[in-house]
Amino acid sequence: MILFKTADLTHYFGGLRALSHFNIELNPGELVGLIGPNGAGKTTAFNLISGIYKPTSGSIFIDNLDITGLPAHRINRLGISRTFQNIRLFHDMSCIDNIKVASRMCLDYGLFSSLFHLPSFWRQEHRLDDYCYELLKMLGLHHYANLRAASLPYGQQRRLEIARALATQPKLLLLDEPAAGMNPAETRELIQTILWIKKEFKLTILIIEHNMHVIMNISERILVMDFGETIAAGQPDKIRSDPLVVAAYLGKMEEHAPRNP
Amino acid sequence: MFAKEHGIHLQKLILVIGIFIALQAIMGGLARERAFQYYVRIYLLIEINIILTASLSFINGHTGQFSLGHAGFMAIGAYSSVMITTVLPRLIMGSALNTGSWESHAIFIFSIFIGGGAAGLFGLIIGFPSLRLRGDYLAIVTLAAGEVIRALLRFSDFLGGPRGIPGIPKFAGCVYIGLFFMLSIWIMRNIVFSHFSRGYIAVRDNELAASCMGINTTFQKVSAFIVGAFFAGIAGGLFAHMSQYINPDNFGFLKTLDILIFLYVGGSRTLAGCIVGAGLFTLVPEGLRLVNIENWRMVIYPLGLIVVMRFRMNGIMGSREFGFLTPWKYKEMLLKRGKP
Repeated sequence: MILFKTADLTHYFGGLRALSHFNIELNPGELVGLIGPNGAGKTTAFNLISGIYKPTSGSIFIDNLDITGLPAHRINRLGISRTFQNIRLFHDMSCIDNIKVASRMCLDYGLFSSLFHLPSFWRQEHRLDDYCYELLKMLGLHHYANLRAASLPYGQQRRLEIARALATQPKLLLLDEPAAGMNPAETRELIQTILWIKKEFKLTILIIEHNMHVIMNISERILVMDFGETIAAGQPDKIRSDPLVVAAYLGKMEEHAPRNP
Repeated sequence: MFAKEHGIHLQKLILVIGIFIALQAIMGGLARERAFQYYVRIYLLIEINIILTASLSFINGHTGQFSLGHAGFMAIGAYSSVMITTVLPRLIMGSALNTGSWESHAIFIFSIFIGGGAAGLFGLIIGFPSLRLRGDYLAIVTLAAGEVIRALLRFSDFLGGPRGIPGIPKFAGCVYIGLFFMLSIWIMRNIVFSHFSRGYIAVRDNELAASCMGINTTFQKVSAFIVGAFFAGIAGGLFAHMSQYINPDNFGFLKTLDILIFLYVGGSRTLAGCIVGAGLFTLVPEGLRLVNIENWRMVIYPLGLIVVMRFRMNGIMGSREFGFLTPWKYKEMLLKRGKP
């Protein structure tokens, strides 16, 4: 059974083709890497999938449900959550509030109950509080629960973003360069975290990453993009030696000046 | 759990409510003396201004939409309630409601809520542009919408045109304004400490991330406008029945500007900020009238604003909330995990 797929997803920015005929199929529980040089269209693909952009053509399915063109919050509620390349936390809220606001589906008190703070309101708020605190604890962030999100160290902000994405209870998690700007120790820790949440929350993960150490270690499959096209796909070992991939990253020999002039 | 902290919290709450009731009683007593009516009026204006400022804080403070049409919402509330207590009774019975009978008091209370509701409806209408516009552009659209409301009121002969409506029965004295003040603050407090407000702040902090985390940003923005407009309408209705005379120019851009100043000077993100801002900066210009410095009054007041904004950029209160306005159950949640 296929959890998620896109069919010929294409997107233009004016006359510029940022993404063309992007096809991907994800099985439940898979961890797939998406790599490519800068400007290859990886983040555009993420933005299309999560509903920030509407695709020029093509369609997106999750659980065989066509979600093309739905608003971002609907797509999120259907089970796709993401993190961002440049951290986009709700920086003025406390860490736990960041989680609470994302996990809104746990709440079903009505308008009336929240206007007058009826007992059912506080019962649910306390339940939500416990749930969010547990989630923070799982990711080792519970010491920061009441601190402003902006005051966290960089690595922890990245973790908090992952926690927030998990709070929406997704089936598919999109990670956009989670290791960007991290030192080797933080990166190692991040790899452990990603593998652990995948198992714990039974997630399917699609990950963009420039750090080859990360991508080669955790991905089961890799898709390589360049100039909006998918140029290769397969196991990490195969990708490593693919001539097209090498050419995309390092350039082709013939195009440059000869080695011995 | 936390019996000691709960005790302190209750003590503070009772103290604040006690002081408030005592103040209300004193003002209610003074209102009978002609010599003190000016001071009572300032006191009641402060309460109305606090409601107005707190209502604007939902739009400009929490949700981060820059709206400049707040006096328009107030006008809708004022005219709607006056229509019920004054204009229609004059048409039907030949005179406005008299303040003697209990039926007319019931109609007055009803009319205030109708005023709030009508303003809320306008909030819904004006909130829709906010879906596509942001920042300066939204400011201009809301400014225009507020002015359109005023212009329409100037047009309508039915509502007195530019001359306004005189002879509104004086329903809103210390009792009603005090009661509506308490009720409004309490309900706004409840909204601030609920899931709605978290959604508002998420939209302000990062709209894109909010929508990707399943928050319906459309709903959040429009509902912020509705809540803000509703309470502005309540304040408008109270203002009309306190001052006994309204005209469209009461609700011009200068009124909006006043509310904006209260909001940003006090601190736009908490109720504490609204209370301090509106309270202090309604008092200061009036207080300066007492010390005999004539024209310097309007120099000192803006200078005060500059000084406050220079040293406290996020307003006097910043992001602090009064302890007594924080619900105990919320404090309990923080205590349970140990203070940060």
